[in-house]
Amino acid sequence: MIELLVNGKRHVLNVRPDTPLLWVLREDLGLTGTKYGCGMALCGACTVHVDGQARRSCVAPVSSVAGKAITTIEGLADGPWRVVEGAWVAEDVPQCGYCQPGQVMAAAALLKARPRPTDEDIDAAMSGNICRCGTYQRIRAAIHRAAVPAEKNEKRS
Amino acid sequence: MSAVRGLDRRKFLKTSAGLVIGFTMAPRSALLRAQTAAGVPKPPPDANAFLRIGADDRVTVLLAHSEMGQGVWTTLPMLVAEELGCDWSTIRVEHAPAAPAYFHTSYGMQMTGGSTSTWSEYDRYRQVGAIAREMLIAAAAAQWKVDPSSCHAEKGHVVCGGRKASFGQLAAAAQKRTPPAAVRLKDPKDWTILGKPTRRLDAADKAAGRAEFGLDVQLPGLLTALVARAPVFGARVKSFRADKAKAVDGVRAVVQVPSGVAVVADRFYSAKLGRDALEIEWDLGPGRDLSTDKMRAEYRALAQTPGAQAAAAGDLEAGFRSAARTLEAEYEVPFLAHATMEPQNCTVRLSEGKCEIWAGTQFQTMDQKIAAEIAGLKLEQVEIHTPFLGGGFGRRATPTSQVVAEAVHVAKAAGAPVKVVWTREDDMRGGYYRPMWLQRLRVGVDAEGSPVAWQQTVVGQSIMEGTFFAPMMIKDGVDGTSVEGAADSPYLKGTPNHRLGLHSPKTPITVLWWRSVGNVHTAFAAESMVDELAHAAGQDPLDYRRRMLKDHPRHLGVLNLAAEKAGWGRPLPAGRFQGIALHESFGSWVAEVAEVSVAGDRIRVHRVICAVDCGICINPAGVAAQMEGGIIYGLTAALHGELTFRDGRLEQSNFHDYPMMRMREAPSVEVHIVPSTEKSGGAGEPGVPPIAPAVANAIFAATGKRLRRLPFQLA
Repeated sequence: MIELLVNGKRHVLNVRPDTPLLWVLREDLGLTGTKYGCGMALCGACTVHVDGQARRSCVAPVSSVAGKAITTIEGLADGPWRVVEGAWVAEDVPQCGYCQPGQVMAAAALLKARPRPTDEDIDAAMSGNICRCGTYQRIRAAIHRAAVPAEKNEKRS
Repeated sequence: MSAVRGLDRRKFLKTSAGLVIGFTMAPRSALLRAQTAAGVPKPPPDANAFLRIGADDRVTVLLAHSEMGQGVWTTLPMLVAEELGCDWSTIRVEHAPAAPAYFHTSYGMQMTGGSTSTWSEYDRYRQVGAIAREMLIAAAAAQWKVDPSSCHAEKGHVVCGGRKASFGQLAAAAQKRTPPAAVRLKDPKDWTILGKPTRRLDAADKAAGRAEFGLDVQLPGLLTALVARAPVFGARVKSFRADKAKAVDGVRAVVQVPSGVAVVADRFYSAKLGRDALEIEWDLGPGRDLSTDKMRAEYRALAQTPGAQAAAAGDLEAGFRSAARTLEAEYEVPFLAHATMEPQNCTVRLSEGKCEIWAGTQFQTMDQKIAAEIAGLKLEQVEIHTPFLGGGFGRRATPTSQVVAEAVHVAKAAGAPVKVVWTREDDMRGGYYRPMWLQRLRVGVDAEGSPVAWQQTVVGQSIMEGTFFAPMMIKDGVDGTSVEGAADSPYLKGTPNHRLGLHSPKTPITVLWWRSVGNVHTAFAAESMVDELAHAAGQDPLDYRRRMLKDHPRHLGVLNLAAEKAGWGRPLPAGRFQGIALHESFGSWVAEVAEVSVAGDRIRVHRVICAVDCGICINPAGVAAQMEGGIIYGLTAALHGELTFRDGRLEQSNFHDYPMMRMREAPSVEVHIVPSTEKSGGAGEPGVPPIAPAVANAIFAATGKRLRRLPFQLA
């Protein structure tokens, strides 16, 4: 039995301990916002937060995150980081949209660590996330927009 | 097909009062005509199939095309809303089921591709909106006992003087009206929605992880299957042992299907471990000898011979004899995978007399037909549900319905609802690649440097050969897609003596259309060669192109706009160099200026300036996004993309050895749209072709080295 704390909720699950967290989130908890893209931590589509840090859930054995605070894209909407999703809409970022939950999670982790990231910070934090539709410059703009204090943000939109 | 229409109607009627505007069904003869693919009935469309208005004022638009990133989820509703006069915030969108009512207005099947979705629906979706508007107005006028001409629709209401009723209030009455035989569409100068940059309707759900893709589909009792497929093209299972696979906890069944051996399990991880434990002996067949190195040598030899004639004029040899100088070069592009971010997958549930399919597909009609054959059912017994597509780029439109067909086989053999999941490695090694192409160009120029003889020989595998489309697409041994962008090139046509030849060697590799199809290789060759000709003549590449294209106003329009916005010819930051290229494809003209720097053997693209003329632009925001995306897609191919075969096996498997452009490499892209009242062209694909030659031309400006093979390598 493994105990998981996901988006503030406790779950006790009977799964193989080496099962990647990604598949437990998707198949056992029905949290399908976290995506499968490569299975090798190469594309970032599966990005979640574990104790506040971005982590690739496709290579994280579920046993390695037992008891830790896991946040998925579904949990992001309940906190202050939903501003990131708003910025994504304002900049009209998504195309096919498949990679975007992972991008949003990576961006939220960046903004937690660096509230006003530079372009270099964005390059460093976001280059692990592939977008095949090529929305990178809009993602960059959305991160800068989300980083702007709320009152300015309202003026801009 | 009337049964399928009947199903739709029942669904509509079941959803409670006032919900539909009940347009009369198109006569069955019209549906049959559509089904036989000869010609889809032209106006008036069966508006009932495309639009529902609820008592709650919600306006639901059903899409005949799949949303795969290109933005039809927003663009097609814009067409309806402009004519309907609804409140934009009340719009909801759904993918349509598979049915003849949704056949492509030009292609006679339900499909998404060829950058056609917007222009092909320009009339139909506007008419749907106009028909509904007229019926709502008629209903209101009857209620108020006024002349319909005294009423108009506005922001979701019908208004007449001081009277006002919402669409939802009128829907039930409007449903009983006879649809008008003809409708008048708005003059573009009166548009309030079309032509205005409009944000995507699916952005919020996609950013929040709520959008459902094929891989996200959940059903009661759904099992997951992974298939062990042939390691080389054409290989067959000789024998297999499943004991170890079956011993994996959670594995329910191991079944053989035409494409390989499927391991069916409770969950993905069990299926994966089970598949890893399978012991399969393959009969590899002749595919085991496949080698891209060998193929390149064969292609090179073929390029020395004329090939099937795709276009010709004048006297080629006389032209070369009269030339002051002749340039000759070979241009090569490799096999490529589409690498959609969402790997291939398909969910199938078979029950008595029914086959339900959930698939992110670009080819509903084909899938329905092939699934019906495999399941032994009638066409109308196969229901196709289309969730969002996590990228398409052509990969989700295979003439064999590769992914769907296999999933139906697995579900049938397993006797349970099954989701067949492809791992990234499965997806990359699953075939249906952009073909490898080698082209030989020989161009003779006069003393002023203008071409007098142009010989282009294209070598590469036909996409259409052996498919359902071959009779339509292959004429006199020439697959039109192999030479698209070359056969109608203004450079070729503008040269008095020319010949375009084509060799279509056959290989066991399955090949497919890949975002912008033949235009990628033909634009790369032509736009590189024209640059070579300009430099050989000692002329500026922009001026040289202007002269060659002087009778082609739309080419000139984008060329001049891109050059102007890029500041062509003006001083650049130290170490930066520009290259320019343009290409017409899918009814749109695109010019791009790439600004690059080169440090050692490292090529960096900093900035791309793009000018596009796509005729009437329905959603400028969407067109800009498609140009941005097309440029990044093309840059990945130009800088990174290459699939190679050795001993029959693909050497690449995942993003570590088939890299994608990432954030830190991505240039800024500026898009400028040429105002136009011409017929709309495509947007999804035309941004791709010019970028590789624009970068090649910039690299030449930076280094004096001419790179003629993708992906670019300076070392």
